Amino acid sequence: MSKAAQLAALIGSQTAQTSRNMAYNGAMNISQRSTSVTGIGASSGYFTVDRFKLAPNGTAGRLTMTQTADGPSGFANCLKLDCTTADTSVAAAEFLILSQFFEGQDLQRLKKGTSEAESVTLSFYVKGNAAATYTVELYDADNNRSISQRFSVTTSWSRVSLTYVGDTTGALDDDNANSFIVNIWLHAGSDYTSGTQNTVWQTLAGTERANSSDTSFFDSTNRTFFMTGVQLEIGDVATPFEHEDIGTTLRKCQRYYTRWQSTGANNWPRFFQPSYVDNGYVSGTFSFPVQMRTHPSVAVTGTWQGQGADGIGTGSVSQDGVTLFCQSVGAASIAGYYADGGSLDMASEL
Amino acid sequence: MNITNVQYVNDPLSGFSNAMIKATIDEVEWWVPNNTPSNTHYAEIMRQVAAGTITIADAD
Repeated sequence: MSKAAQLAALIGSQTAQTSRNMAYNGAMNISQRSTSVTGIGASSGYFTVDRFKLAPNGTAGRLTMTQTADGPSGFANCLKLDCTTADTSVAAAEFLILSQFFEGQDLQRLKKGTSEAESVTLSFYVKGNAAATYTVELYDADNNRSISQRFSVTTSWSRVSLTYVGDTTGALDDDNANSFIVNIWLHAGSDYTSGTQNTVWQTLAGTERANSSDTSFFDSTNRTFFMTGVQLEIGDVATPFEHEDIGTTLRKCQRYYTRWQSTGANNWPRFFQPSYVDNGYVSGTFSFPVQMRTHPSVAVTGTWQGQGADGIGTGSVSQDGVTLFCQSVGAASIAGYYADGGSLDMASEL
Repeated sequence: MNITNVQYVNDPLSGFSNAMIKATIDEVEWWVPNNTPSNTHYAEIMRQVAAGTITIADAD
């Protein structure tokens, strides 16, 4: 093939894909819940940077998770984990995993479970307080299969690139459920490390998921872990990170979590405009900025103020919006009901 | 997930019974749509109910 033909083929292969990066919020720019949470370690959840879940199990170790402006050149933000309570007595079932979950319908391009299964390359920028080695596992939740590779961390930002071969066994479901997880193992007991690490796709074997030589993030209160520029793409090569505008990233994240945060009493709109009372209740609808993955859970937190009404609650919810209600306080109509610094949260995470 | 104070809630607007499940999940009160297995809060509530670690109180 001539050079011109090779170039044409390359251009063609690149332009055939939009959203080359399948990872969400890879530049760590969106953090709807909070920018810093301390004392994490007792239970799993999404704490700061959107779409990145922390799952601890059985450990006495504790950490602070932060979205911080300490990225490598070209990145305004990164995710930072800072060990605040060490755990050097690692029980067999302990772990700490940093994960991102994917809907199967978003990864059909992997052609997983077919003879044309694509290899994928995971790349990210990472650094820490000292040299360390951890494991990244790809887990196919539909077919209970996994593959793992290790990576090294130094005290300076470096870009890690890990290529995983395509898996010709087990197709991913074409739906909105959890099908695929990128697991970064930061701390693991022998239940997950006592076997020979699985570096080829295979049915999940619990003892082969991480590596007994890996660093434990909880080995010292000096330990830190910084990451940004996460990219998951088809092929054997890590291409330059696909930066996207903040609006695009926010909308992608809001499919899984949406926070409406008022900044004070005069922060419009009021959820309940002056309205007649129907059977003792008055209602208002909040339309979501994007259709959420599934019917979300709803939380009304912080300070809300009623003017002739009280007791806000959730009446019904769909993927597109939620109807809130409150009860009138003896009045035929109410002046309004608004968030006085409070927030409204909708969660449909995987 | 640490789940406590779990109770069905009727929708006073539509009149639907048990439209939502109100629960304190990791110290935050959430209104979880009933009969939505794809919602991870609902799935976890049902898992813990099946395991016998929590029960869902009737609606008021």
